[in-house]
Amino acid sequence: MTWTIDDVEMASRLVMGTGGASSLSILEDALVASGTELTTVAMRRFDAESRDSVFTMLQRLGIRVLPNTAGCYTARDAVLTARLAREALETNWVKLEVIADEDTLLPDPIELFAAAEELVLDGFTVFAYTNDDPALAKRLEDAGVAVVMPAGAPIGSGLGILNPHNVETIVSRAQVPVILDAGVGTASDAALAMELGCTAVLLASAVTRAHDAHAMARAMALAVEAGHLAAGAGRIPKRPLALASSPFDGMVAAQ
Amino acid sequence: MTDHDHSPTIVLNGDRHELPGAASALDLIAEVTGRKLNPDGTPADGGRLGIALAVDGEVIRRGAWSDYTLADGHTVDIVTAVQGG
Repeated sequence: MTWTIDDVEMASRLVMGTGGASSLSILEDALVASGTELTTVAMRRFDAESRDSVFTMLQRLGIRVLPNTAGCYTARDAVLTARLAREALETNWVKLEVIADEDTLLPDPIELFAAAEELVLDGFTVFAYTNDDPALAKRLEDAGVAVVMPAGAPIGSGLGILNPHNVETIVSRAQVPVILDAGVGTASDAALAMELGCTAVLLASAVTRAHDAHAMARAMALAVEAGHLAAGAGRIPKRPLALASSPFDGMVAAQ
Repeated sequence: MTDHDHSPTIVLNGDRHELPGAASALDLIAEVTGRKLNPDGTPADGGRLGIALAVDGEVIRRGAWSDYTLADGHTVDIVTAVQGG
């Protein structure tokens, strides 16, 4: 089953980041292994010395580009970065990221909301990186963002999903796709996100900083697919005690 | 030297940058990227440029680059996609 943004259908539910890879070739190998169809990139000043272009690589691989506003602390900077990205990469899609401080890299809710409102008015398809706060997620949705992206844990921390209950609440109330973004450390975290009902998972460091990026990319692809299937299949209710799975009738007994 | 033939100096990506003379945004981008550009801002070799430009915090659309004359004191940022996020 595919998912859709702006009439663009995607089969892979794994959205990849590009940060943290030690080289462009290792990144390329990991992106291919992940099967991703949508990958986020940062916008920075052009450097004539760096000949290798991540944008050129994504075009060659046929992967849709999702520019982000990583590193922005204010709505003003995030809006300018988004507008530059739209012009440079010829897409209205933007992953809006407005961080509060460099220790947590957690979103600044006030600046985030202000930037989201402005970008929606300006015609952007906004993927809003947000806190795992159901109230803020709802406000962003009401402001017109296309996707709500709660953090599982701080960026790059690998701590997994610290508040699964909140993520589940966000999903249950959202009319737009929810993508778990940030904090994923290993495959089971990605599977859990999907089991909680997320539409997709966005991750970078868990793959790019893994000892074997290729293997972890493949693991994440399988985990996202497994979690999505499990969510649709419906888990059995939890019980305090065992429920026998074999009949007691016809048991043999020693004399 | 008169004001007329004084070479404009801009701040390009945070550094002082002297322009050879009267220059448009298109001239500057062609110089910085080393690529030939059509008047509409697209690369002459086809493909996509992947570059955007802002002057004093305002994005200048690609189609307007050739008509945009850079002036002394302009703060110019030229950005592209990099690994991150």
